[in-house]
Amino acid sequence: MNTKDIVYIALFAALMAVLGVFPPITIPSLGVPITAQSMGVMLAGGILGAKRGALSMILFLVLVAAGLPLLAGGRGGMGVFSGASAGFIYGWIVAAYVVGMIVERSWGKLNMVTAAGACILGGIVVVYAMGVPWLSVTASIPFMKAFMGSMAYVPGDLVKVVVATGVILTVKRSYPLISAKA
Amino acid sequence: MISLYHPAQSLIHSIAAGHKVLMLLILGTVLFQVDRLEILVVVAVVVVACYGVAKIPFRLAFKQLKPALFLLAIIFLAQIFILGLEAAIFVVLRFAVLILAASLVTLTTMMSHMIEAIEKGLSIFGHWLPVAKISLALSLTVRFIPVIGVMAEEVREAQRVRGMERNVFALAMPLIIRTLKMGTEVAEALDARGFDSDDETDAKSRTS
Amino acid sequence: MIRLESVNVAFDGRVVLENVTVQLQEQRIGIIGLNGSGKSTFVRLLNGLQLPDKGTVYVDDLDSQQEGRKIRRRVGFVFQNPDNQIVYPTVREDMSFGLKNLRFPKEDIEQRIEKALIAYGIEHLADRLTHQLSGGEKQLVALVGVLIMQPEYIVLDEPTTLLDLKNKRLLMSIIRDLGQRVIMVTHDLDLLVDFDRVLCFHDGKLASDGQPASVINEYLQLCDQ
Ligand SMILES: Nc1ncnc2c1ncn2[C@@H]1O[C@H](COP(=O)(O)OP(=O)(O)O)[C@@H](O)[C@H]1O
Ligand SMILES: [Mg+2]
Repeated sequence: MNTKDIVYIALFAALMAVLGVFPPITIPSLGVPITAQSMGVMLAGGILGAKRGALSMILFLVLVAAGLPLLAGGRGGMGVFSGASAGFIYGWIVAAYVVGMIVERSWGKLNMVTAAGACILGGIVVVYAMGVPWLSVTASIPFMKAFMGSMAYVPGDLVKVVVATGVILTVKRSYPLISAKA
Repeated sequence: MISLYHPAQSLIHSIAAGHKVLMLLILGTVLFQVDRLEILVVVAVVVVACYGVAKIPFRLAFKQLKPALFLLAIIFLAQIFILGLEAAIFVVLRFAVLILAASLVTLTTMMSHMIEAIEKGLSIFGHWLPVAKISLALSLTVRFIPVIGVMAEEVREAQRVRGMERNVFALAMPLIIRTLKMGTEVAEALDARGFDSDDETDAKSRTS
Repeated sequence: MIRLESVNVAFDGRVVLENVTVQLQEQRIGIIGLNGSGKSTFVRLLNGLQLPDKGTVYVDDLDSQQEGRKIRRRVGFVFQNPDNQIVYPTVREDMSFGLKNLRFPKEDIEQRIEKALIAYGIEHLADRLTHQLSGGEKQLVALVGVLIMQPEYIVLDEPTTLLDLKNKRLLMSIIRDLGQRVIMVTHDLDLLVDFDRVLCFHDGKLASDGQPASVINEYLQLCDQ
């Protein structure tokens, strides 16, 4: 961890906060508003790599817990972490790690497919794999019901995958920060 | 930076940040062991009373619950069908109490005190954790949120002129490149001001 | 004294500084040249932010290849954009950053901050949030944040570029009064008239060196070509 690593971790945590105040875009056919914040999770992993990406998520969430209203919609404070949807937020840490790990491993041959795959696996599968069971257990509702209810947000997440993939590939060409891992 | 802190003079405001967080953790653990509605109701009354002690207006207290209301309503309905009315009330009330208690800590603790408490808590693990680096990272983040915010606004203005302000890619790309460029300079400025991270041995690793 | 001996710097095989040999000992030295001529690369060599690919840089006989840490203590550096070098949310906290890195005891840090805030006339900014300061105030804070560490040399890379005329004058009046040796890159040629020496870079070479009036004159002719 050198000075540059610390700075990038901090800047991506700050970027997460800024993405949270980007006005949400509502795609009429989907109905649910999509915010740019969860795209920041994919970007942190895909641009900084697994370790720095996950650390930037932890840093961001620590500041949220400390009372800064940085989550999309101006939410913050410790209450966020005991709610029924808290699992999704904890999921961001693992998600950034997984996105970063896949991107690092396929760095030499990173293309549309591998980058998008990383974003889907980390940014969607992992997040829901943590969010849905948490919801189901803490709210004592059956897993399938919790699962189906969460699916409404997946189309929006897929839109973010498309954008994040483009950004990750472009940054790789113009400002690479990840070095290849076997 | 606007924090959620609600300034007032009260007993609850004056409790040390670290203690409040600790109490909250204990409450959270205990509440998930409790299975009697009566006990839960008592805890709920106590938490609400604490809002009174802390002189927090009702409007503000309600605002903490509001973002969760939609989800709580869905959970409530699902529970009625699955386990019946009493269980539904129990589960939803437990969430409401937890969220209110956690929000109370946030509303009555200044952010700087909270961060100090975090750093103090971390220093217990000083042997394993690079506390100086963590506290630098916390400060840097708070410092750079407004800087990146201004950058985002500039990018949006520029793209609006080109009619692209709804194109997320066109907004995100320049913002991220500018953030990364800034990162290089910030790191150099930190080193120039004598922040030598431990495992940095030669200048080459910083500038390359 | 700072001494460069046959210094070369290249990025990806492209030479951006070529065979520079120079001794810097005057109180105030200006650096001028066209965009991309190598000015920033040159001044970054002076505090070890950049290491030479060939040749050697000595700061008071310390070799920048070996003694990077000590050199950074001696040579303070002010960048063009103050936003990138102010680290903490409030001015007072930011002042303490450098002192903490120098491992001063806590009470000592507070005293030094108070003294510096008054000495440089920014005590009214002490508890302001850094991101709410004006551009000129930010650059002042960045400069004082470096001065408070009491370096023997101050290197400034285009510190006035983002400032309006009033703030430019304020910053210059502070720079003029500094006891430290100053090495400043700038495109504001009129700021250099009372400097002791000016260096002009062109295409990575030290093109001229001497009294401000004559070097500036040569630079202006160069611009007309
Ligand atoms: N980190 C770097 N990587 C590659 N090229 C660089 C780097 N830094 C500077 N250069 C190149 O070196 C040359 C001199 O740059 P610089 O010293 O910044 O010039 P100046 O400050 O006079 O405008 C330029 O052509 C610039 O593009
Ligand atoms: Mg330059």
